[in-house]
Formats: sequence, C-alpha cells, structure tokens
Amino acid sequence: MSDPVSALNGASYDGIAQIHEIGPLGMITLRCKHDVKALSKAIKSAVGMAMPAPRRIVKDGAFGAAWMAPDEVLLILPYDQVTNALASIAKALKADHHLAVDVSDARAVFRVQGDKAAQVLAKLTPADLSTLAPGEIRRSRAAQIAAAFWAEDGGFTLVCFRSVAPYMMGLLTHSAQPGSALDMTI
Amino acid sequence: MSTRLAKGGRLIDRSAATEFTFNGRQMRGFAGDTLASALLANDQMLVGRSFKYHRPRGIVAAGPEEPNALVNLGSGARLEPNQRATMTELFDGLESTSQNHWPSLEYDVGVVNNTLARFLPGGFYYKTFIHPRAFWKHVFEPVIRASAGLGKAPKDRDADRYEQAYAHCDVLMIGGGVAGLEAALKAAKAKKRVILLEQTPHWGGRAPVDHGTDVGPLVAQLAAMENVTMRLRTTGAGVYDHGYVLADERIADHTPGDGRPRQRLWRIRAGHIVAATGAIERPLSFAGNDIPGVMLASAVRDYVVNFATSPGDRTVIVTNNDDAYRTALALHAAGLHVAAVLDARAQVTGDLPAQARAAGIRVEAGRGIAKVKGGKRVTGVQVCLQAGEGAVLEEIACDAVAMSGGWSPVVHLYSHCGGKLMWDEPHAMFRPDPAKPPVNHDGSAMVSCVGAANGDGIGAGEAAMEAAWVMPQGAGIKLRSKMWLDYQNDVKVSDVQLAAREGYESVEHTKRYTTLGMATDQGKLSNINGLAVLSAALNEDIPQVGTTTFRPPYTPVTLGALAGEARGDIFQPLRRTPMHAAHEAANAYFEPVGLWRRPYTFPRDVESHAEAVHREVINTRTNVGLLDASTLGKIIVKGPDAGRFLDMLYTGVMSTLPIGKCRYGLMCNEQGFLSDDGVVARITEDTFLCHTTSGGADRIHGWMEDWLQCEWWDWQVYTANVTEQYAQVAVVGPKARALLETLGGMDVSREALPFMQWADGTLGGFPVRVYRISFSGELSYEIAVPASHGAAFWAACMQAGEALGVMPYGTEALHVMRAEKGFIMIGDETDGTVIPQDLGLSWAISKKKDDYLGKRGQARNHLASPDRWRLVGLETLDGSVIPDGSYAVAPGINANGQRNTEGRVTSTYYSPTLKRGIAMGLVHKGPERMGETVEFNTVSGGTVKARIVDPVFYDKEGAQQNV
Repeated sequence: MSDPVSALNGASYDGIAQIHEIGPLGMITLRCKHDVKALSKAIKSAVGMAMPAPRRIVKDGAFGAAWMAPDEVLLILPYDQVTNALASIAKALKADHHLAVDVSDARAVFRVQGDKAAQVLAKLTPADLSTLAPGEIRRSRAAQIAAAFWAEDGGFTLVCFRSVAPYMMGLLTHSAQPGSALDMTI
Repeated sequence: MSTRLAKGGRLIDRSAATEFTFNGRQMRGFAGDTLASALLANDQMLVGRSFKYHRPRGIVAAGPEEPNALVNLGSGARLEPNQRATMTELFDGLESTSQNHWPSLEYDVGVVNNTLARFLPGGFYYKTFIHPRAFWKHVFEPVIRASAGLGKAPKDRDADRYEQAYAHCDVLMIGGGVAGLEAALKAAKAKKRVILLEQTPHWGGRAPVDHGTDVGPLVAQLAAMENVTMRLRTTGAGVYDHGYVLADERIADHTPGDGRPRQRLWRIRAGHIVAATGAIERPLSFAGNDIPGVMLASAVRDYVVNFATSPGDRTVIVTNNDDAYRTALALHAAGLHVAAVLDARAQVTGDLPAQARAAGIRVEAGRGIAKVKGGKRVTGVQVCLQAGEGAVLEEIACDAVAMSGGWSPVVHLYSHCGGKLMWDEPHAMFRPDPAKPPVNHDGSAMVSCVGAANGDGIGAGEAAMEAAWVMPQGAGIKLRSKMWLDYQNDVKVSDVQLAAREGYESVEHTKRYTTLGMATDQGKLSNINGLAVLSAALNEDIPQVGTTTFRPPYTPVTLGALAGEARGDIFQPLRRTPMHAAHEAANAYFEPVGLWRRPYTFPRDVESHAEAVHREVINTRTNVGLLDASTLGKIIVKGPDAGRFLDMLYTGVMSTLPIGKCRYGLMCNEQGFLSDDGVVARITEDTFLCHTTSGGADRIHGWMEDWLQCEWWDWQVYTANVTEQYAQVAVVGPKARALLETLGGMDVSREALPFMQWADGTLGGFPVRVYRISFSGELSYEIAVPASHGAAFWAACMQAGEALGVMPYGTEALHVMRAEKGFIMIGDETDGTVIPQDLGLSWAISKKKDDYLGKRGQARNHLASPDRWRLVGLETLDGSVIPDGSYAVAPGINANGQRNTEGRVTSTYYSPTLKRGIAMGLVHKGPERMGETVEFNTVSGGTVKARIVDPVFYDKEGAQQNV
C-alpha cells in the first residue's frame, strides 16, 4: 500500500508569513451529547485530553480535542492512530448513542507562521483575531469557504475541506504577498 | 494664467521634480502635487468637456467633490477612467488624458450641442425620443452614446493586484481633520479600540490651510497609542447595518508597479462610527460659472497654500459669507492680486472682511456676477447688483473667479443607513438631526458626526451668511440658462425650474428627470443648490422639499477592490478530487458539477469530444472503464432511530435493509417533488451510508440536520458528511472483475459479492469498501478508498487494467450509458415539478408506510392526476438525435398564440451502443401511448418524428450487470 498523501503534498509559500500545508493529520468527528458521562472517558482514551470547554481547543503535542458544537467534538491525533482511537471510543461509549467517524482524509490542514500570520488571516476571515482567546477555536470562513482555525506555536493552524485545498493555498499565497502587510500608515 | 509660485507650497517638495503627461504633452510637477495642482502649475486650465454640451471645463475643487477634472489615468493594463485629478497623487511617469472630447480637447465637434442647448432641456430624453419607437434603438441611442459619456472602459486585463481585509474596533473615526484627530484621542484615552481613517495622504483636513494649525504633535500622540490604528489614503466609502463599514485604501495608486496591492477594501465592524468628514463648499449660480478658471474659493487657497499654485494673477472673489475672505487674504499674502471681492450681502461687517479691507483689497457689498466672460478660460466678469436682474455695472478683467456659496456638512455617512437631517436656516445647510440617527440593534446611535460634518464651527465667529441661490436674484432666462448646478451632468438652473413647471414636485423625481446629482460625483456640489432652486420654483421651504437620499459609496470604489482576491485561479473555490492531477495528465476536458470540476471526457490526439465519448462508452461496454465517482455524496446516518429516520426521508423502506446490502432510494421534499436519489448501504445494525448526487451532498446533509434539529429533535440519530473522506472509483464493464482480481486481496466473485451488496477488504494492498452497484448497466464495482490513497489507487487500477484495455471515462459517457439503461438523472428528468410517479418509479415508493416526506404532497389532486406528463423512451424514426430542450408539439394554439405542447425531452443522446439517437422525455399520458408517434420541434424549425417506447433501451433484463 502507498503512503497517505495530503491534499497538496506539503506545499509551502514564503511571503509576509510562512505558509505550509501539513498532514495528513488524524481527525475524528465525535458526535455525542456533552452531558453523556462516558464521553470524557472516551475522549481521554482516544487522545488523552479532557473535554474542551465551549469554543475551545485543548492541545498537547500531536493530540488535541476541539469543541465544535453542543453535540460534537473534533479529536486530533497522529494519522496512524485513528483506527485504535475509534476502537477505544466505541468501547467507552458502547452503551451510549454516539457517532465517531474518521475524517482525516476529508480535511486539509495549513500552518500560517510568522509575526504577520494574523494579518494574512485577517484578509480572509471576518473573525476578530485580536479578541481570539488563548485556546479558542473559531469555525469561520476564509473568503468563500468554510475554515476553522486556532492560534498555536507563534502562528495559526487552519483546517478546511480537502477538495478546496488548492483554493485555500491560493488565498493564503495571495494574502501573504510581499508588500501587502497591514501595518498602519501615518 | 495659472502658474507655479516661486515660494511656498506646504505639501510639495521642490527638490523632487516629477515628469508627467496630459494628452501626450510633457509636463513637470513636484512630489506632493496632486495631478490637479500640477496641471494648474502648467497652466492647463481646460481639463475636460462636459457630458451633454461638450462645454470646456476646468478644475473647480481641490478635493473628492471635483466634478470636472476627470481623466483617463494610465494606459493599457493600468488604464482607469474617471479618475479625479484632485485626488490623484502625482508620480513620475504619470500618463493622463482628458475625457469626452472628439476629436481633441481643444477643438471639440460635440460643442455644437452647446448652441443647440435649447433643444436639449431637462427631461429631453423623455420628450424627444419617444416617437417613433424604432428611432430610439437605431438613430437616437447610437448618436447619444457616441457624443455623451465620460471615460471609456479599459480593454486590457488589469495588471494590478487587489485585496480585502477585515478589521474590528470600538470606535471608527472617519476623517483625519482636527475634529477627527481630537475625537480619536478622546476615544483612545477612554481605552477604546480606535481606527482612524483619512482619505488624503495628509492629516489635518482644512485646519492647516485655514488656521495654520500644526497637527503633527496630535498625530504623533495618537500614533504612539497601542489601541489606535491610523490609515491614510483610506476613504470611508459606505456605512451599512450593524456597524459595518466599507473603506477603500489606495496603497499603490501613486506607485504603480511597485509590487504592492494597488488597493485594499477594508471591511470594518465598528461598535460606533464617528463621521468627521468635514464640509464641502457650495458654488454660486451665476451665468458662466462653469468656465475654466471659476473655482471654489476654498480650492483656490488650497492650491496657493498647499501647492504654491496660483489659478491666476488677478482673481475676483464672489461670496455670500465671510469665509471666502480667507482666500482673498491668502492670495494677497502670496503676492497675487485680488481684483475685487463681490459680496452678495448688502452689509459686510465681519472681521475677515475687515482684514481684507485693511490689506487694501476692494470689497463691494450687495454685488454679484452677472456673467463670466471667456470661453476656454476666464477673461473677466460683469458685475451687477445681487438684488437686481443683472444690469452690468462694470466689467473687471481677471483670470480666475473664486466663489463661495457657504458650506454643506458632509452628512453622507450619517445618511447611508437612515440618519435624518435637519435644515439649519442661518447657515443654509442640512446638518445631522441628533434625535434621528441611524441606529444599532439596541436602538443606540450607530453614527455620530463631529466637527464641520456636524455643522459645528461653520461660520463661527463670522458675520452671518446670506443665501444667494441665484445670482443675481432676478436673473432672466438667458442668464439662468447659463448657470450650472451640476457640472458633470450639465444641469442648469433653468432645467430645474422647467422641471418644477412641468409638475415635478418631488426632489427625487426632479433628480431623475433632470439627472441632477446623478453623475459620478453624486451631486456633492449640486445637491443643495439644485434643491434650493427647486423649492423656490415650487414656492416652498427647503425642508419641505427635502433632500435626496445619500447612498454608498461616498466616492467611487474601483471594481478591482470590490472583487478583492477573487479573480484568476481563486475567483471561486473549485473542488478537486484526489485524482484531479491524474485527470489533467490524461488530457481531461472538465465540466463544472456544482463547484466540483469533473472530467467530461478524456479526448485522445485529434479526437473530438463526441468521438472521445463514443470510444469511452464502447470500451466500457466491451472491456472495462474507470470513472472518478469521488464527488458522489456520502453521508453516515447512525443511531437507534436511524432506520426510522431514513424511512421518513426516502420514499422506500430502508429500515428492513439487511446489513451488507444496498438499496436504491428516492428523496422528495414536503411537496412531493423528487429532490435527490442514491444508493443506501447498511453498514451495521444502527449505521447506514447514504449516497447522494454529486451536487446534492451538502444540501441533503443540511436537509437531514434540519429535520433532526427542528422537527424530530428527540430522535436518536447523528449524521456526518464524509463525502470528502473517500475517493471513489467505479470500475465498470465486462472485465471489471478481472481487473479487481488482478489487484487482488479480496473475493469479488458473484457468489461472495453479489449485485447490490458491499464488502470491506483490501485491493492491491489498499483498504477498500467495495459496492456492487451499477449506473451503467454493466458489471460494476464502486470502490471507496481513503482520499489520501485516492490518486495511488486510481493509478493502480489503470495499471492493473492495462492488459484488459482499461480506459477512464467521463461524465458524458456516464450520462449516455445511464440513458441507454433508462436510469433517471436528478436535474435532467427532474426540475422541481416532477414526482417519482411521473418517472415510472412507483416501485421505489412504499405503499405500506404510514408516512414519508412528500407522501401527502403526492396525494394532491394535480399530482395524483392520471393526466400528467410521464416518462417514456423516445426513438426518432430517422435515427437522428432530438435537440436538447425540444417540446412535443400538439395541435392548435393556446390563449397566448403559442403552439400547444404535449411533452418535452429530458435527456437526449446519440447512443454509440445502439448507433442511433435515443431520448427520454415526459409525454402526456406517455406510458399509455406506447408505439404512438409524436413530433418534437427542432432548432432549425420544423419537427422530428419520434416513437414512444420503453425508456430502457439496453439490456432490459439486466443480464449484463448481474454477472
């Protein structure tokens, strides 16, 4: 079998910020009412994280858990550990109504880094980045497509659907062109 | 003549000479000039021709209100028409040409309109060109289009890059004059997040020119504050609901080709908007007030103080207020001659006039201009009594006239979202009514105005102004026909008065009838003057007549900025499957399916698309073909109530589907109309996978969530759209099984994996789920692999099939093969008015179920009627292909005189398999009329005869797919 290939095979661009397509990253959509007792155990067993607070993401290295909706969390983990994680979720929630599904391949993931990373994003998303709380994940849009992002490691991690990865790369490249910084003019 | 002064010039850098051209003539200016100031410095007073009469026009203003000095800027891929010279920063190599002249600016043929002016009165379009009707299209319109109009649209692709950006703040300050700077500082000190915008490249507004104010310290203080963002060259263009503001930043207009984006459109959300947009001076309406050299008084001193540019050696100032005396003093201080100040007021008592008198300047009270002398430039003025009818008292030679009719606050941003204005009689101006602001969601004021924009400070410390809407007040028709209100659209005092006489009482009607204020400047100079003339003609007060509505944008925003990044490759998000690159390499011709791009066909060498499709069909039916089916919607539905839920969504029964099996299903909307179709696979006891159409995945997922969240919220069902998680490859044809066996890894035999079943396993080492479903009538496997293996799996299939003659096929071959089998296609056989029963799909509708979405809709009389158009196959008697969209014609005509119809074609193709045209169509009582002949209209006229047949043209028994 071949190795899994991310949507853009690690494309990158260096402008006023550094853009990298990363992945493939393991991702699981877990739908379950958040008051189900066994849910936190399931998340713990899958990615070793506690249940995230509303609109927050908890991350530790390659693992993470993000609050997506009142009945949905997104689990992040190494690509090759998804199968095991799905099994442990099924075990922990075997008595509870839930849906856990591998969405690793349905997504494209980008890193936007550098001190002007927020400026690149501010050209694409209507979200107010300066009020982004530590550990906050925003489900917003980048120009014409859905995008989720959070701040980490001196930049942002940005997730969109795989089929529109070239569009996202085009947007980020356009927005990171040299000479296009949003620094104020007096 | 206008010229550059030897000294002074607050904004110019005399050490940086700058070369530019106007109409091909080489000219020189300085860094810091605007194009307008540089043109004046080169004695270019004539800058354009008017819209209707082609009259010579010169620079009137120094700011964004300029109506006349519009130029074509740049050339080729950087040509932009209608650029205001007053807002264009000069740069080395700037190219500009004047507009609306033919054959040249100096000698214009269209000026003949000028002498025909009495035949082109207000509303002339409506009056003149109504009859005969045909003349409009063939005679009047082409002539008017050739002689009227401003700049020409560029032909080349724009060489520049544009972008947009979002910003958020507590207080958005629009206008960087003293009022804006001070209000920004106050807000910043209150710890607000402040954004401050200024449309010009300089802070301070009018204060440096009018009062000698140095705003440097204030600007530096603001710039040092962390919670303040300041932007020059950025115009607050429009205010919209919920504190949303569009602002246009001109980044590289003055440095073209330096690699920066040319413009940036800011999309700002503000808690509160403060308009510190200042005021605009009004012209006075006297005969010949449009002759080059007649300028706003404030603009004259701007040119002198800011750019050391003199509009003329001898200037006559005409005013109805004290403020214009600042111009007299500024000209005097620059060593220029002020021939006279003609003040319309009977008494002139203010402090500024006193200063002028003390400087030895001649001041004449109660006087006005009867007429300006000159053609392409001012040569003098005829002086008259303002109170009279225009008898000439004296003539004064001069080369410039500076006029001031008072000031109008720039209330545009206050008005954009519904803020109301009130009439300020003493200052003859509309100002924001603080009791009726545009409001936020909570009823609070969304916009407030400060400084001159609020009417504050206008006329402060000065003697009262006196409105002088027509000069002289008793001017006869001859003079009134030469008093321009709207320079850009050539509307005169006499036109507005005529409109009033003809019954146009509403200001909105008069505006449209005369085109007053409808040009690119949107009436910045003409609005109030025109309104005053109208109200006088109607014998009403100005506030009773009211003003027209201000709408965004304040000044024009270039289309490139509005489009932002959305052009070229990122014009819209195109969805690509994991195999897209392989398709490109295989010379695929793509077609849009929603936002997806799918291969339509894979032409080889010199093949036409039709030939390629025929080859793909034949090869698939005889060997094996590959289809990229990744775009097919895939939605997981899971939970204890999943079966019950799907029984409601589909017309058939899904809850009884055994694990491991597949079933075709139809979804209808509540009205009963067919909405989507696809194969459902049962994965486990409580998990189903629903396939949808390619275009329907998101819609159906939303449809499911809608019902689960809003109607059946207590049902235990979760859904997930996993469309993009999987690449899906259809391996189709008699040799499909052989291909999969070559890959190896799982048993795909008829016994292990019969038709309409699925199995998990591996093929060629790839983790796969294989569905035995067929949309072509052939032996067919649809194989799902994780998307990140999609490209590799496709390549593996191509390689494994090489010896079997494998070829990829596109969507058109797919369509042809499904039509040969009589399979319906959502969007072809359905159009939102078709129910499954129309399509012979009653077999897929459960009679046993109590309910499903659409059941009650389908029971309505019209839908349950046996009298409907229903699906049949159609075979032309001559073997030709019925044109797409054809109707079956019936005898007689309907009430509208149209031919009656009895059916229409829904799918029509040349069948390479049957070597003839085949079609499906909806025909009145079609299935009851097997063997009958009906006639379809053709594109060339006439009809083509077709026989009604069974819609399944190929392998009716299904022997081919069930092997």
